[in-house]
Amino acid sequence: MANSTEVDKDIYYVPEQGWYPVFLAFGLMLLVTGMADSLNTIRGQGVADWTQSLLGFVIVSFVLYAWFTKVISENEAGLNNASVHKSYVWGMGWFIFSEVMFFAAFFGALFYVRVLVVPWLGGEGEKGIIGDYLWPTFQATWPVVQNPDPALFTDPIKSMAAPTELGGLAGYLPFYNTVILLTSSVTVHMAHDGIKEQNRKKLISWLAVTVLLGIVFLILQVEEYIEAYELYGLTLDSGIYGSTFFILTGFHGFHVTLGTFMLLMQLVRAVKGHFSKNDCFGFEASSWYWHFVDVVWVGLFIFVYVV
Amino acid sequence: MSEVIHAGHHDHHDHGPAKGLLRWLYTTNHKDIGTLYLWFSFAMFLIGGLMALVIRTELFQPGLQFVQPEFFNQMTTNHGLIMVFGAIMPAFVGLANWLIPMQVGAPDMALPRMNNLSFWILPFAFGIMISTLFMEGGGPNFGWTFYAPLSTTYAPDSVTFFIFAVHLMGASSIMGSINIIATILNMRAPGMTLMKMPMFVWTWLITAYLLIAVMPVLAGAVTMMLFDIHFGTSFFNAAGGGDPVMFQHIFWFFGHPEVYIMILPAFGIISHIIPAFARKQLFGYTSMVYAVASIAFLSFIVWAHHMFTVGMPLAGQLFFMYSTMLIAIPTGVKVFNWIATMWRGSMTFETPMLFAIAFVVLFTMGGFSGLMLAITPADYQYHDTYFVVAHFHYVLVPGALFSIIAAVYFWLPKWTGKMYDEALGKLHFWLSFIGVNVTFFPQHFSGLAGMPRRIPDYALQFADFNMLSSIGAFIFGFSQLFFLFVVIKAIRSGKPATARGWEGARGLEWTLPSPAPYHSFTHPPEVKAEEVHG
Amino acid sequence: MKNFIARLASGALLAVASGSALADELNMRVGVTEISRQVYELHMIILGICVVIGIIVFGALFWSVFNHRKSLGAEPANFHDDTRIEIAWTVIPTLILILMAIPATQVLVAMYDTGGEDMLVEVRGYQWKWQYKYLDGDYNDTYSFFSNLATPRDQITNQSVKTDNYLLEVDEPLRIPANRKVRFLVTAEDVIHAWWVPDFGIKRDAVPGMLNELWTVVPEPGVYRGQCTELCGKDHGFMPIVVEVLPEQEFDAWYASKVTSELVREESFAETLTHEQLMANGETVYGTYCASCHLVNGEGIPPAFPAIVGSAIASGPRDEHLSLVINGVAGTAMQAFGKQLDPVQLASVVHYQRHAFGNDAGDMSQPQDVMNLSNGQ
Ligand code: HEA
Ligand code: HEA
Ligand code: HEC
Ligand code: CUA
Ligand SMILES: [Cu+2]
Repeated sequence: MANSTEVDKDIYYVPEQGWYPVFLAFGLMLLVTGMADSLNTIRGQGVADWTQSLLGFVIVSFVLYAWFTKVISENEAGLNNASVHKSYVWGMGWFIFSEVMFFAAFFGALFYVRVLVVPWLGGEGEKGIIGDYLWPTFQATWPVVQNPDPALFTDPIKSMAAPTELGGLAGYLPFYNTVILLTSSVTVHMAHDGIKEQNRKKLISWLAVTVLLGIVFLILQVEEYIEAYELYGLTLDSGIYGSTFFILTGFHGFHVTLGTFMLLMQLVRAVKGHFSKNDCFGFEASSWYWHFVDVVWVGLFIFVYVV
Repeated sequence: MSEVIHAGHHDHHDHGPAKGLLRWLYTTNHKDIGTLYLWFSFAMFLIGGLMALVIRTELFQPGLQFVQPEFFNQMTTNHGLIMVFGAIMPAFVGLANWLIPMQVGAPDMALPRMNNLSFWILPFAFGIMISTLFMEGGGPNFGWTFYAPLSTTYAPDSVTFFIFAVHLMGASSIMGSINIIATILNMRAPGMTLMKMPMFVWTWLITAYLLIAVMPVLAGAVTMMLFDIHFGTSFFNAAGGGDPVMFQHIFWFFGHPEVYIMILPAFGIISHIIPAFARKQLFGYTSMVYAVASIAFLSFIVWAHHMFTVGMPLAGQLFFMYSTMLIAIPTGVKVFNWIATMWRGSMTFETPMLFAIAFVVLFTMGGFSGLMLAITPADYQYHDTYFVVAHFHYVLVPGALFSIIAAVYFWLPKWTGKMYDEALGKLHFWLSFIGVNVTFFPQHFSGLAGMPRRIPDYALQFADFNMLSSIGAFIFGFSQLFFLFVVIKAIRSGKPATARGWEGARGLEWTLPSPAPYHSFTHPPEVKAEEVHG
Repeated sequence: MKNFIARLASGALLAVASGSALADELNMRVGVTEISRQVYELHMIILGICVVIGIIVFGALFWSVFNHRKSLGAEPANFHDDTRIEIAWTVIPTLILILMAIPATQVLVAMYDTGGEDMLVEVRGYQWKWQYKYLDGDYNDTYSFFSNLATPRDQITNQSVKTDNYLLEVDEPLRIPANRKVRFLVTAEDVIHAWWVPDFGIKRDAVPGMLNELWTVVPEPGVYRGQCTELCGKDHGFMPIVVEVLPEQEFDAWYASKVTSELVREESFAETLTHEQLMANGETVYGTYCASCHLVNGEGIPPAFPAIVGSAIASGPRDEHLSLVINGVAGTAMQAFGKQLDPVQLASVVHYQRHAFGNDAGDMSQPQDVMNLSNGQ
């Protein structure tokens, strides 16, 4: 243990101090307070000023960019030993777990409403008296196309539920989206094989396909939302069906956006010549995230659209 | 505090701390960040405590004297929120930062930059939250449990800021927990197997797991609130097919594990202090680990014991009653193990030990009242009365808070290289001990007599107990200013501490010099049998 | 057996809390119903068990603290495990818990025995008052009224001496008959409240849009008091519950008279009132229904609760003012008072607001105008 005040660089990596975190926190503060203020203005029928949120967003993006660039350059400089790598792996793994729990809250809400609340409001089940006494005209169905109080929450014309016969799937966007996402999980895996086989062309082309699939998914999702709003009258304020539908698919879509962006960054890095067989954490983390987004979609497709 | 610690170490290594304010803003060092967390949490404790004093002052006598009901509600709400999220949780994270790398034999946390981010989010988040008190329409006034629709349709505008503040705190906690897990699983010195880890490390590992599992659920809950308020959804509105009670289910799915988040690290701390002052190994280490794990597991399936009066079907009531009662078993195991550790030891009673013993006794009393609350039919009478307030202050104040104070006294020599003044420490203990009981014991009685919580004014028959409780609150509160004095005095002019610190202390952190060097272990230490369990 | 444990427990409790004269004030109320008595016994059993366990556990702890100290020359022993004792202190608490769970389950099941009632009452929480509706077998409303805090403001603000039932008194209590099973349907209009009468041993949340069931049979006539126990906003501390239990015949007579006077009252809606009558009526209504938000002097608590003084509405077109009060403002605390007040009250309070606190709209609002507005919609 000579020279014991030097940290052993083969085992540990203790980064020097840096300005990113505190600026990131500051940017986040600007972003959320700006958003809160604007939302309140809109709620009070005023005209919102988004400058502050925008500024916050710019700061957050800039810091993240600088931070990730720094981390990547440290890695390229060979500072990331096995232990650092393992910490990143644990970090990403537990982060994804936290995302799972975030979606669990919304899925939990969906199940609770479908299994208990809507039947009760419709006069069925153990607390059916609620419906009998307070909501005599409400019929329990899922999707709920007629709200307990249609004066407050406008009824949708039609739900997004999957068609009952197989033939109907042909014109059904969520079905295409399912196929797209499932395919993209395979393509991202192919890209990973590319890294393992040290075949950069394979990596780049499959990764590009994956990013493209992500983008197509998002376009279709937007298309679906337009359809919901314009043709089906299914909106955020059309009662609990619309609420659960949009919060689940919406946050999923948001995660697809993030995931696509992450993969895009890995694509840029791949083109720049990053990644090797033993050193592709950035790519792997993004692809785990992508698989997670995919799995959530499968849950969504089953419980939001089909069942 | 750390200014003193690192004097003389600056020149030895290349990335030592910068000087001045920037050091604290930019730091990636686990000790600096731990220090930041601890001071931050103490500041929050004073602010939250000040709010408690507003509450207690108003409740000193029946009638409205000092504040209006709407402000009173803001005080209750912010007192609860600030104490839970601003005082207790960050204090435990601060202790984790200071201790875990030293206890597992590492130089720092696994992800030091993210560590800094986790901390610096907090002052901003609490800045937002406290600023709501000065906004038009006032701050959050719907209780720390923010039940819909009082917190949605009927809330002041500031609720939007509150929602985002909660998001930020959640992000901070999640990142902090990820860091702790990565550190524990990845940075242990060779030979430090899982079943050799110190109890504080074990309890934090499990706590971090709880945090990662439930903070996102809280984020989901406030997100649904945000949508109900601003985007016209009807999650918590029966007119659109939702249910206000659903909010409570989601909240308490987070909220119940949350209360164990505030006690498990305390269990860890007590499991270090009692063996040290009994000069005897912790009794039943293995069962301690399993007990913590069982408590954590059970904490996920008991949430609706906070909701016995919302009118769940009978089967639900019974399930949640039974599952809640089960928690008494592993918790009992812990209490019995501590007593068995003391049994036939060779005890001395320095300040940390006094706080630890008070913890065991008073926490157990809080546990007993918890068990009574778990009995559904009886809870109908206790629910939302001061009996509940008494219960949770017993587990939180002489529970969580005492453990934190005990930890500060216990590890202060290691952190600063200085000893506190034992006579002053003991005085602080006795003032706190008397204060806390005078404050919260009478609340059992006012609760049983029927006094509801969250009211600014009360019927005449509750007057005596409330007056007593308010007097106690002032004694207790001002004793904590005295605590500040004792700690500062120790830092400035305490006697130098030995490396071992306490005669009976064991663990890797005590093999380091006092104060501990900036990068705790620059090389993995040898894990000697006498320093760890086994 | 149960009684014995209960007595043992109360003995133990009293040993802990010195002075038996205080016992009533220190403990849960026994209450007056079968259920409340069972709950009390259950409470005493679990309290007793906890006290006994506490004495044993703390006894061991303090024994150790006093005897195994270094200053007495104690040498630390070397044991740190003992499977047998660890099993014992896992199994014994489990058995104790099972022992507690049995009576708890019995009482709970008894409480859930709704149905078979003699009478049905809807209880509805509002910010910050209770509404009671007597329902017939088909859930039709036969007679309903609001129950407001009756404690005068100056007692609350310490300007006069507080009387006995400070904060626990209402203008009109809920009246129910003794010895009949009364079933309550508990709900709320705005936020969550909770309806609690400690002496009956019943408490249930009143959740807007949802419904909870509750029942009681009270053997003894008397007046029983409780409070709202779910934080419901500003005046959560000021919405008491008073139930007057009447002997059966007395109740029947009272109820019959209420149902007939209800019909007579409706006839009076056609009458035209004078300015003075409207102002006098209006002041009372304003004091009970509006002043909690808009304050007695009409200045409100802006921005949450707007002032009536100088309000544009109070000097603008009368019908807009009327319909605002009748329909409320959706999404705010301003409720739809059309559901709570009758045409006379509505006309009076609006007239009052337009002519009090220095407002001077100079027009008249009559019950007939209210009815026209309500029917027109
Ligand atoms: C650190 C925080 C903490 C801890 C550890 C606990 C521990 C427990 N709590 Fe508590 N609780 C809170 C914080 C905490 N609680 C808070 C903040 C609230 C209110 C929230 C709000 O509404 O604002 C609350 C509310 C609360 C309620 C809801 C009351 C109501 O609103 O009506 C209930 C009901 O079941 C409950 C039960 C329990 C139980 C059974 C335990 C058990 O874990 C206790 C177990 C311990 C023991 C039992 C003692 C030791 C054991 C032995 C010596 C063994 C032998 C004993 C026996 C066999 C009896 N708690
Ligand atoms: C971890 C948590 C924690 C801690 C430590 C405390 C500490 C205290 N609490 Fe609190 N409390 C809660 C968590 C906590 N509480 C929660 C969760 C609620 C529920 C909220 C709700 O209903 O929504 C609650 C509610 C609550 C109530 C019920 C309010 C109501 O229902 O309306 C009361 C009433 O007596 C109370 C009192 C106190 C007191 C006297 C202290 C004392 O221990 C505080 C002592 C400390 C001090 C007094 C600080 C010393 C400061 C000074 C002397 C001034 C100097 C200040 C500056 C320089 C800025 N608390
Ligand atoms: C629980 C609180 C509460 C009570 C009780 C209450 N109000 Fe209001 N009132 C409000 C709020 C909040 C508003 C503001 C609504 C808005 O945002 O437009 C309001 C607005 C008004 C206005 C319009 C004032 C203006 O200038 O915009 C009138 C008139 C009014 N109330 C009359 C009454 C009358 C009459 C009563 C009693 C019968 C009453 N209020 C009781 C909360 C209350
Ligand atoms: Cu109504 Cu509290
Ligand atoms: Cu709980």
